[in-house]
Amino acid sequence: MAMVQPRSIRLRKLGAHLSLCGFLTLILFPLLLVISISFREGNFATGSLIPENFSLEHWALALGIPWERTDGSVVQPPFPVLLWLWNSVKVALVSSLLIVLLSTTSAYAFARMRFAGKGPSLKGMLIFQMFPAVLSLVALYALFDRLGQFVGWLGINTHGALIVASLGAVALHIWTIKGYFESIDGSLEEAAMVDGASAWQAFRYILLPLSLPILMVVFILAFVMSIMEYPMASVLLVDEHKLTLAVGAQQYLADHNQRWGNFAAAAVLSGLPITVAFLICQRWIIGGLTAGGVKG
Amino acid sequence: MYTTNASRGLPRHRSRYPAERYSRWALRALVALVVLATLWLVLAFHLHGQPIFALLFLMLGVALGVVFSRRRLMSHRYIFPAVAGMALFVIFPLLYTVGISFSNYSSSNLLSEERVRSQLLSRTYQEESATFGFQLYRTEAGVRLFLEREGDSGEAVDAGKAQAEAALRGVTRFTTGPIALEGEGQRHVQIHPGGEPAGEPLAMREVIAKRDALQNLVLTTPDGLELRMVGLRHFAPMLDRYEARDDGSLYDRRDDLLLTADHETGFFVADTGERITPGWPVAVGLDNYANIFLDPDIRGPFIQIFVWTFAFAGLTVLFTLMVGFVLASLLQWDQLRGKALYRTLLILPYAVPAFISILIFKGMFNQHFGEINLILDALFGVRPSWFTDPWLARSMLLIVNTWLGYPYMLLLCMGLIQSIPKDLYEASAVDGGGPLTNLFQITLPLIIKPLTPLLIACFAFNFNNFVLIALLTGGNPDILGASTPAGTTDLLVSYTYRIAFQDAGQNFGLAAAIATLIFVLVAGLALLNLRLAKVRV
Repeated sequence: MAMVQPRSIRLRKLGAHLSLCGFLTLILFPLLLVISISFREGNFATGSLIPENFSLEHWALALGIPWERTDGSVVQPPFPVLLWLWNSVKVALVSSLLIVLLSTTSAYAFARMRFAGKGPSLKGMLIFQMFPAVLSLVALYALFDRLGQFVGWLGINTHGALIVASLGAVALHIWTIKGYFESIDGSLEEAAMVDGASAWQAFRYILLPLSLPILMVVFILAFVMSIMEYPMASVLLVDEHKLTLAVGAQQYLADHNQRWGNFAAAAVLSGLPITVAFLICQRWIIGGLTAGGVKG
Repeated sequence: MYTTNASRGLPRHRSRYPAERYSRWALRALVALVVLATLWLVLAFHLHGQPIFALLFLMLGVALGVVFSRRRLMSHRYIFPAVAGMALFVIFPLLYTVGISFSNYSSSNLLSEERVRSQLLSRTYQEESATFGFQLYRTEAGVRLFLEREGDSGEAVDAGKAQAEAALRGVTRFTTGPIALEGEGQRHVQIHPGGEPAGEPLAMREVIAKRDALQNLVLTTPDGLELRMVGLRHFAPMLDRYEARDDGSLYDRRDDLLLTADHETGFFVADTGERITPGWPVAVGLDNYANIFLDPDIRGPFIQIFVWTFAFAGLTVLFTLMVGFVLASLLQWDQLRGKALYRTLLILPYAVPAFISILIFKGMFNQHFGEINLILDALFGVRPSWFTDPWLARSMLLIVNTWLGYPYMLLLCMGLIQSIPKDLYEASAVDGGGPLTNLFQITLPLIIKPLTPLLIACFAFNFNNFVLIALLTGGNPDILGASTPAGTTDLLVSYTYRIAFQDAGQNFGLAAAIATLIFVLVAGLALLNLRLAKVRV
């Protein structure tokens, strides 16, 4: 608490609150708007922020239930949103589990062992993670196209290809977990190894239980990143029933036929769980995002 | 430092615990299985003429076998899966892309030379010098076709006719069994040598009525020669159009041309200079790079996009930093109450998945029924065309990206501001410094140094912010007069993506060349970042 206080402090506090509230209104307007539109009739944007003609049509369609209008016509759901969401969740679950598995073992070796090529490979990982996957999409496409000729579940238009391709992005997570491992004192494992545990046992029974929190964080981080992945999925997936949400959602706002209301419901439905998960875990996620990638 | 080196290099004894013994053997079996699977892939790639991919998986399999069989490389076993993943899905695609940039790999030069050759050799044409006139005869079960050779069947004047004569073996009359001329789609019907069926042939107008069904007929002689309908009165044999010569060239029977494989351009070229598509990819050296810098139709848009990419990334970093920094300073003010709530609400844009919020903005900025234009129209009576005017589209992108990106800066700045000693502000207050003095004389200079590597990472990220462009504008409005798909709001990455995956002429070679240029830029940024961040490993 500062001891010396200027006199105009109350005025300045009021000003700060006002400007923050004003800024927040501006920032949150799009999000509130979408929630409002999802409950509004029709696919055009007119009306007030609190819907006048309240309707659950868009929500029913987003949940895949055909909706009967008051004039008797039945509207079919335009897109399989729940299927897309399930595809996204499926891919994200498997790939983030694999990512946690791969990055934990690597981080253990990087944090606790000395071996040839450790420094260069850590630095190399930092450099290579900055190269965006969009630029090597041609090569990735060629790779999976050819792999698919021999291994069916790894071809173009399979979720297997998408999952496997996401395993390239482990560098960030390795750095995060490595940082956490280094903050744990090694003497516990040393004691275990003096008592006859192997390196693997020391890792599995001593270090791993201690680092569950960071593994959860990495899992959630990888999960969110996988849900939001767009470029790879847009090239690797073709059929409508195979798409992930990130690729499928844009079809609502095709240039010639905008389904604004339907999109709003689908967006809230699929965006809300991810947003809430992010906010609940924000403390750890943000720690990982800001400190893990680059240690300043 | 604590290490687990002690157990390395010592002979490993047979474990006392059966469970451990079995798990060791299970692990060994698993590794052997994976190695075998990889080697099978190597063989498959090799047999299908994909030497690069065979080599890739050979290296992978060998590395796997070596790392998991030598006790000296015990520590490397832990990092092998992650390193292999990066090698396969980050480093290999990168190198492969650089490789493609020196070739003319594109939708017209896609298949390998062998595949192109076999595709050409399977093409057929109708040899019209050996036609058959035909008549239809009605029977109870349908109609019968009777074909009779027309014109001279004697001296072969060209190769096509010679082949037809050989396949016909001098037979001049064929008939079919009764067939029902109905239904859609191609039908294969056997014909055999035979005389004229009994009865009167159908009149011409009835033949015309059955024309569609007749056109779908493929008649096959006992020797396998196929005949199809030409005109209303004739059938003609289908012959292989190209004949492979011993010197690797192809002979075009229909047009009497000799096609030679041109390994400079990757096409078969006729005597007349005409190129036969499809072609195969060949190395073209630096042609793609030369095109980027010398071809005015490519160079113009490329430079325009290049400048915009830098401006976009730079301005994004600037705007997000400004907003984030001011908000962070405000939220660190200990007189302010409700900071936790403000903080949570302020990072909401970061918590919403980007692909959803970008699409929300796409709908809101819609020129005809978007909320933003409705409000602007009501307040000022203007309806800006956000998606068709280049400068408005660019402003829109910056607005949306600032919305998306400021929470990250806010979080970074808040973390860094917390580490500034409070007595500095105390001293400033004693000396009569106001909030602005504090902001620019104390806070900013103290956090800018640790912030720099993060700003560079942010710049690199936005330099390649493909998702924003792809979902919001798709690069539109287009640059006029560009020979490749290029838009005024395209970043280099989305430009590359469009050259490679949109449009009919997917030019992978050119896209890879631009990608390689971006790789060089990104590598420079990454090294700069590493140096500034002073990463210790």
